Amino acid sequence: MGSIRFDKVDKVFGPRTGGVKALDSIDLEIAEKEFVAIVGPSGCGKTTCLRMVAGFEAPSAGVVSVNGKPVTAPGPDRAVVFQQFALFPWKTVRENIDLGLRNKGLAKPERDERIAGALKLMNLESHADAFPHQLSGGMQQRVAIARAYVLDPEVLLMDEPFGALDAQTRVVMQEELVRLARVNPRTVLFITHAVEEAVYLADRVAVMTRRPGRIKEILDIRSVREAENWDRHQKIEDVMDLESFVHLRTHIWKSLREEKGAHGV
Amino acid sequence: MRDTPLSLAERIGWGALGLAALLGTWTLLTSSGLVPRPFLPSPGDVLGRMIELMSAPFAGATLPQHLASSFQRYAYGVLLAALIGVPLGLLMGWFRWLDDIVTPLFDALRFIAPIAWVPFAALWFGTGIGGPVLIIFAGAFPPCLINAYRGARFVEPRLIEAARMLGTGNLRTILEILLPAATPSIVAGLRVAAGLGWQSLVGAELIVAAAGVGFMMVQAQANVATPTVMAGMVAIGIVGMLIDIALRQGEAWLRRRRGLEA
Repeated sequence: MGSIRFDKVDKVFGPRTGGVKALDSIDLEIAEKEFVAIVGPSGCGKTTCLRMVAGFEAPSAGVVSVNGKPVTAPGPDRAVVFQQFALFPWKTVRENIDLGLRNKGLAKPERDERIAGALKLMNLESHADAFPHQLSGGMQQRVAIARAYVLDPEVLLMDEPFGALDAQTRVVMQEELVRLARVNPRTVLFITHAVEEAVYLADRVAVMTRRPGRIKEILDIRSVREAENWDRHQKIEDVMDLESFVHLRTHIWKSLREEKGAHGV
Repeated sequence: MRDTPLSLAERIGWGALGLAALLGTWTLLTSSGLVPRPFLPSPGDVLGRMIELMSAPFAGATLPQHLASSFQRYAYGVLLAALIGVPLGLLMGWFRWLDDIVTPLFDALRFIAPIAWVPFAALWFGTGIGGPVLIIFAGAFPPCLINAYRGARFVEPRLIEAARMLGTGNLRTILEILLPAATPSIVAGLRVAAGLGWQSLVGAELIVAAAGVGFMMVQAQANVATPTVMAGMVAIGIVGMLIDIALRQGEAWLRRRRGLEA
């Protein structure tokens, strides 16, 4: 359970006013419990891909399906982690995490148990009764991840989740996410413009062209990770030093630079 | 000029200066004989009349009794406006079809001044409690509805998306997402509503036959008892200010609690 499929998906924004083609014939299959990252230049439509899986937007042509069924509306089987956290400011950490469970109609003892588990998983136990504004950005994003994980979703959609965090916090969160993905694997669609992050986290990385976005190439990271045994290293900087990592990163980097043309980073 | 904050003492000082200038000019006009007394009673006359009215009845009741009677009507009117306006505004902010039904009607009706309802208020709801309450309601209702609607309509879209992906139903979204998100706007609306409701009071009490500050003023006007009319005006001004101060405190408390400002 939890496979995602894009089948010749186009997206045109404002079709009545001439229209801007954001996505052009996207084909992508994500297997159950696979972690796929999409990287691309800004404005290439990578977030739009995620929003269509979430059910926030509909394709202009083609089909986006989860478990073989076309997506029609948002739902708790596809939990989203937003770049700007999107926590409810008037709810405590516990209440934020609880909302999805209450919507499922679960009884209080089970909810409490699952909340406790999610708090422990994200090291939030001592902040359960804090309000979001009392927490740092990194802590807020932990809450958002806990809120998504606690629903035990088939699919986890992460839209540049660490983009708003400072560099140190970002590294900690990336390591945590890898740990989480090992303990509790999910189908993950992860959007980012940080190439290292994508290579470090994902099983496969899809590189997109600039607008109108198409999938330019898909790299298999997992086979390299397993062959070179990246997981023997605990720390992200040690993995990033490996020749095989550098090779992949540089390849993606060059691929993206072609897209940015003369204005490349 | 606006960017230098004043100290509390300075603010009180300037405020007192404004008040002193008003009272000074007023005293000068009346005591110099430039304006005849019945035309404009002096501040002393008004103050004296107010003190008298604290214990001596005029038009059947003392000033505090008139005020209490007015305040009761006022509270019913504003409460009714809030109880109908806020939920309706939130529902309109969430359900597009309701918005499409109510907005055109409301946009036409809200430009009719509360006082224009006086004949019908008396005709439909009588001159006891119903009629005056309707007029105050007419004054207080629009800001309740508009602010709840705007607050609900302009909730950060990300929060709505987060609620939807968590599987939140309509009722729970309205109560737990729209209502708290719209609360600052609703509270600001209630403050405006409280003010407009109080302003509608004199109009509402044109049709009252028993008691109320507005009633007292109408009676005094008929007797050309100008100090009494002005005493009523001052009382309305002071009570209105007190209501606003109380609501402002409530609003500030709410903002602090929500962590919106230090």
